[in-house]
Amino acid sequence: MPSLSLRVNGKPVDTTVDDPDMPLLNLLQHDLELNGPKFGCGLAQCGACTVLLDGVPIRSCTTPVSDAAGGEVLTIEGLGTMRNPHPLQQAFIDEQAAQCGYCLSGPMLYGKVHVERNPNTTRDEIIAALDGLLCRCHTHYRMVKALERYAAVVRSGAKV
Amino acid sequence: MTPKYFTPDALDALERAGFSRRDFLRGAGALLVGFSATGPLAPTANAQPFATIPLTQVDSWIAIAANENVIGYAGKCDFGQGFRTVQHQLIAEELSVPLERVSMLICDTAVTPDQGVSSGSQAHPTQFGNAALRTALATARDTLLRMAATQMNVAMDQLTVRDGVIFVNNDNNRRVSYGALVGGKKFAVALNPNAPLKDEKTYSILGTSVPRYDIPPKVTGEFQYVHHVRVPNMLHGRVVRPPMVGAKLVSVNQDSVKGMPGNVRVVTKQDFVGVVADNDWAAQQAALALDVSWTTPAPLPAQGSLYDFMRRQPSRDAFIVRAADVDEKLRSATRTVSATYLHPFQAHGSMGSACAVADFRAATNSITLWAASQGVYPLRDTAAAVLGLPQANVRVIFVEGSGCYGINAVDTVALDAGLLSQAVGRPVRVQLSRKDDLVAGENYGPAYVIDLKAGLDAAGNLQAWDYEAWTFSKGGRPTGASPANIPTGELAGFALAPFVPTTTPTVPTAFSNNSNAASAYGTGTVAGRSGGTGILSSERVLVHTLQSPLFTGPLRSPNRLQNTFANESFLDECAAAAKADPVQYRLRHLADQRLAECVRQAASSYGWDTRPSPLSTRGTGIAAGRGMACCLYEGNNGYCAMVALVEVNQTTGEIKVLRIVTSQDSGPISNPDGIKNQMEGGALQGMGRALYEEVRWSGARLTSIDWRAYKSYKFGDWVPEMISVPINVPGVEQMGAGECTITCAAAAIGNAVFDATGARLREVPFTPDRVLAALRAR
Repeated sequence: MPSLSLRVNGKPVDTTVDDPDMPLLNLLQHDLELNGPKFGCGLAQCGACTVLLDGVPIRSCTTPVSDAAGGEVLTIEGLGTMRNPHPLQQAFIDEQAAQCGYCLSGPMLYGKVHVERNPNTTRDEIIAALDGLLCRCHTHYRMVKALERYAAVVRSGAKV
Repeated sequence: MTPKYFTPDALDALERAGFSRRDFLRGAGALLVGFSATGPLAPTANAQPFATIPLTQVDSWIAIAANENVIGYAGKCDFGQGFRTVQHQLIAEELSVPLERVSMLICDTAVTPDQGVSSGSQAHPTQFGNAALRTALATARDTLLRMAATQMNVAMDQLTVRDGVIFVNNDNNRRVSYGALVGGKKFAVALNPNAPLKDEKTYSILGTSVPRYDIPPKVTGEFQYVHHVRVPNMLHGRVVRPPMVGAKLVSVNQDSVKGMPGNVRVVTKQDFVGVVADNDWAAQQAALALDVSWTTPAPLPAQGSLYDFMRRQPSRDAFIVRAADVDEKLRSATRTVSATYLHPFQAHGSMGSACAVADFRAATNSITLWAASQGVYPLRDTAAAVLGLPQANVRVIFVEGSGCYGINAVDTVALDAGLLSQAVGRPVRVQLSRKDDLVAGENYGPAYVIDLKAGLDAAGNLQAWDYEAWTFSKGGRPTGASPANIPTGELAGFALAPFVPTTTPTVPTAFSNNSNAASAYGTGTVAGRSGGTGILSSERVLVHTLQSPLFTGPLRSPNRLQNTFANESFLDECAAAAKADPVQYRLRHLADQRLAECVRQAASSYGWDTRPSPLSTRGTGIAAGRGMACCLYEGNNGYCAMVALVEVNQTTGEIKVLRIVTSQDSGPISNPDGIKNQMEGGALQGMGRALYEEVRWSGARLTSIDWRAYKSYKFGDWVPEMISVPINVPGVEQMGAGECTITCAAAAIGNAVFDATGARLREVPFTPDRVLAALRAR
């Protein structure tokens, strides 16, 4: 039973797994009981399982857990809390940018990376940065507006 | 008894309300607020572990704690549309208490009043109607005022309520709080439909954009979906579905999973096959590895000739409207217009594949199901039938899932979990694979063929309208009497009632627009009474319902969407034939002023230029145009109009929707931002269904197995500018708000494509190939 060490949302995780090919999502959702990244398709086709691995958005449903060994995983839980939300989370709250919200990890995390690298981004660039993500409630308009709002926060120089 | 028997929402609600312990008054069916030492709702060996909550008692709906907090109970759920927040607003408003003091428990068959299904855009009109939550609140308020009047020895009209405290007018020292009057006690009064309602003009909470309670936990990952229900001792299951539609189980080779990790167990019942393992990954691997033999069924009707096939099948036939003069008016018309519209099967295709958790207890022969069902009460009855349990031994607790848009796979997966848990005697969580969710769990929105014919008079006005449709049906929402309405019910050995065609069509005795089969422009005259929104009396509407090869059921704007695509596109064809402006032509034929106002509002908010369509019929390159559609949802439940601005690439056939303007009148607006969110989401979902979505198959095998095969609007394409104009109409009954804009989208977009190019799109989805074919046919 291989042992595995990584960091998740800033905390060390030392565990063992039966199968190193088990998706990272299974570790996060079932073993660590995180609710942010979700199983949508298991095929990297929708983005509901998105997490940042060493700062890069990945699909945790098709990423073998062994690929995360030694890495730093960030889920939307790691951004902030209801009491102390991250500016990105606050932007989504301010725009009321969710219906069921099951997809949120994808637009939030791909959006975060894009906006922080490109604070002067445009609406079209934000839409392109989210290419390949699904939201079946079709909340696209509000989510894009939330990311525009977040870009304004980043441009203002606020700590993010 | 573990606290996990309540969801975090529910526990939070109970704790905030000051109920560390609640008792359940068994048998009487009434809730008793109490503080006994027993745990909440512990299942026991009692023959009646779970009671049914009556609709008629105030205590079924509302309880007030000694600490002044209020807890509401409701049987209408929230699946991302924000209705929980609206129900909180209603409670706070009608009782005059601060919003922060209100908590709610929703849709738990053992705790909340049986309100059936949350569907058909009925939640809002029901809760604000005269026999549900609002009436309970008005009765509670009236009861509290009576108690205060007696206690303080003043007339009721001398009392005012502020923040849950009843004051004697002009004497702030004479007062009594709700908590002091009834805190921790029962009201013990029946709902009084005549209890005075609070005057809408004094509202301070309803009608304001109270932020959705669920969005902060959703964006921080703290929200618990049904996918995150974690019960102690829980195992994980997966199902193994027939690979082809109609295949029956021949055999299961148990050796094929022998020795796999996770203590794999195989469960079968008739044609139901599933595996259970210690963890989710092991269950997934075992389900893939399990060697199962199935019969080879007959192929489905060929997809390429589906719509011709539909016209030739035995059917159940019903006239919706049948004016006697339609044939004569068609004959005498200056000109006639006719067209056929085609709509495919479509999937709900929820973002998260369906999931449920079941906990069967052999000691009590009872089961608890956590499910994201829109109908926990009928699901309870269905599960009882499938599992062979008394209804009173089944409890279904709603936990929000991924947006469902109707009856997707969430009811069927609850039965999957129930069967597996019952077989292994442990709690089992089941989440379907993406493929099983899309092709083996769904009740699809049905395909339609719609023939339309209209007669125009010399001025171009409509003088006759003839609608004839063929559509499919198999199953639908499950009930205790018909578990086979959904896939797992059929797999577990239940059968649907045989399909019996009619020999002559039924004739209506009263008007219903029958899922918008009747257009907005008819008078809807049946038996001498008119119920339609239009001025045209010469109309005939005939629907043929066929036995479906695939399960069907409500998908957001069920049948209304398909019918409105046809009727509103065809109205546009009539306007073009009359060389009339599409907005003016609609207004000429509408009698209902609320619908007409929606049309005017959408047009003016868009900046509509009055002229006939199309702009051009011989263009090349990229052309832009605008189209309008409108509807009164289901004939009585939400007025709406939409204008879409599109660009059509006449070389590639691609459509890009640049702007969507919607107006909507659902009566008094409870939450302005909430209704806008629903209008925007509905419009975009309607756009996605119009442009991309179609369930496909080959032989007997469904091929729409994932998001590559089942195309869908995704990020990265483009996002239209959205302008939503909710129209507040105080003083009338609430109407549904969630299914209006989606109903208009396909026709508004198709009409815009016609305006831009002169090409008429009559088959959904509007794929580039079909657009190019329509351009060639100009």
